[in-house]
Amino acid sequence: MTANAASPNHLQLTRDGQLRHFLTLDGLNRELLTDILDTADSFIEVGERSIKKVPLLRGRTVVNLFFEPSTRTRSTFELAAKRLSADVLNLDINTSATSKGESLSDTLLNLEAMASDMFVVRHAQSGAPHFIAESVTPGVAIINAGDGRHAHPTQAMLDMLTIRQHKGAFEGLKVAIVGDVLHSRVARSQIRALNELGAEQIRVIAPGTLLPTDVESLGCTVEYDMVKGMKDLDVVIMLRLQKERMEGALLPSEREFYRLYGLSQEKLALAHPECIVMHPGPINRGVEIESAVADGPQSVILNQVTNGIAIRMAVMSMAMGGQVAERQHKLAELIERGPA
Amino acid sequence: MSALLEMDQLMDKLEAGLRGLLKERDIESPVLIGIRTGGVWVADILGKRLGIEEPFGELDISFYRDDFSRIGLNPKVTPSSLPFDTEGRDIILVDDVIMSGRTIRAAMNELFDYGRPASIILATLIDLGARELPVQPDVAGQTLALDAQQRVKLRGPDPLRIELQEAGQ
Repeated sequence: MTANAASPNHLQLTRDGQLRHFLTLDGLNRELLTDILDTADSFIEVGERSIKKVPLLRGRTVVNLFFEPSTRTRSTFELAAKRLSADVLNLDINTSATSKGESLSDTLLNLEAMASDMFVVRHAQSGAPHFIAESVTPGVAIINAGDGRHAHPTQAMLDMLTIRQHKGAFEGLKVAIVGDVLHSRVARSQIRALNELGAEQIRVIAPGTLLPTDVESLGCTVEYDMVKGMKDLDVVIMLRLQKERMEGALLPSEREFYRLYGLSQEKLALAHPECIVMHPGPINRGVEIESAVADGPQSVILNQVTNGIAIRMAVMSMAMGGQVAERQHKLAELIERGPA
Repeated sequence: MSALLEMDQLMDKLEAGLRGLLKERDIESPVLIGIRTGGVWVADILGKRLGIEEPFGELDISFYRDDFSRIGLNPKVTPSSLPFDTEGRDIILVDDVIMSGRTIRAAMNELFDYGRPASIILATLIDLGARELPVQPDVAGQTLALDAQQRVKLRGPDPLRIELQEAGQ
């Protein structure tokens, strides 16, 4: 694997191709994505032991920096860090120093001075984690926990883990992503991961008003009619209707949306009989998905939550490992160079 | 260096040593746990020789290694698999080669996260000495003193054989 200065990889990967930040799935190849899934499989086994903890990040400090509210993502990151034996600090930035006028950079530099080893960053601005990794605290591993409309790479990877668990492999799979693709950082990361891992067909199913203009360029086909789009599906991923991000009249009404794009038992029956149903949560019952489907036998929504802990443990330990390996490299170089 | 014994002879010694120890300690139903990769192959053979019908466990110690802060995470970690409850059991922990003792320390730390075993017996095919920790095998197939540039490596699983390598080759 070679690091190309023009790709995000010069920032995310060490010179040996190990992960050292986890910012986006762009530029990460199938081999590395598969390594993440395999490592997560081992952490799933850890989650089934009587003591669900391994000593990998003992003595390291992980700071959850959430500039945007989140329950599931933040709590699974916290649990993942704790199961790796790290010390965890949760910072809700809305109530902290930034509201007293301290700049973001100053807040981060202070946290770095507290000997933090990793920041898990959720931010409404696309590119914020990238900016922090590049310019603010380069010695701290940065994990993107969702940035604006850009990416949510751990969510996409936990979805891939769930798909692999139920389907065995990605080859030959027909997958649809349904709903509010326009506001979804998850959808972008999912399409990228599915393409890299070799899914046969990726369809997005949504009204034109909830699709980004260049959506096909991400590597998927578009279907406006859900009844047609459900045919032969192996996996259907529902997206949450991001009500808080809706500006202006993108939808006639929630009821109209549910009639056309909600996942009902009737519509699910059009897919392959073993089609699994996924949703990143939190679900809006009766808006995107019928309760009987969300709680039904084809739903793997709660598996996704369990897998989220394992994926986050994998990404955190791999990135931390990359950081320490990089530090060793630099140290060895300094020793080789000798006194100036 | 003394000559390396044939695999069958190594296994004979290991089996005889274990039988003696199990009898001495009055252990009737031990379970085997092999450390990946070589230890699993040895555990498989020992299970058949000792007539232990319970399937053996496999331990991957990657999450417990003490060199994470130097080399990071092993990218090829696979899930450990213990198909039985270890709580209160007599365990025979098996590895192919013991040297520094660090692998065994990691394996014991991991084992205790599954429960509190009644006892652990350590069996290794080969003991190379050069210990860095106070960990000793209860039974070993053969003790070897290698020259500084020599290494041994178990290849397998079928046939199982030991390769002696000169460093740099």
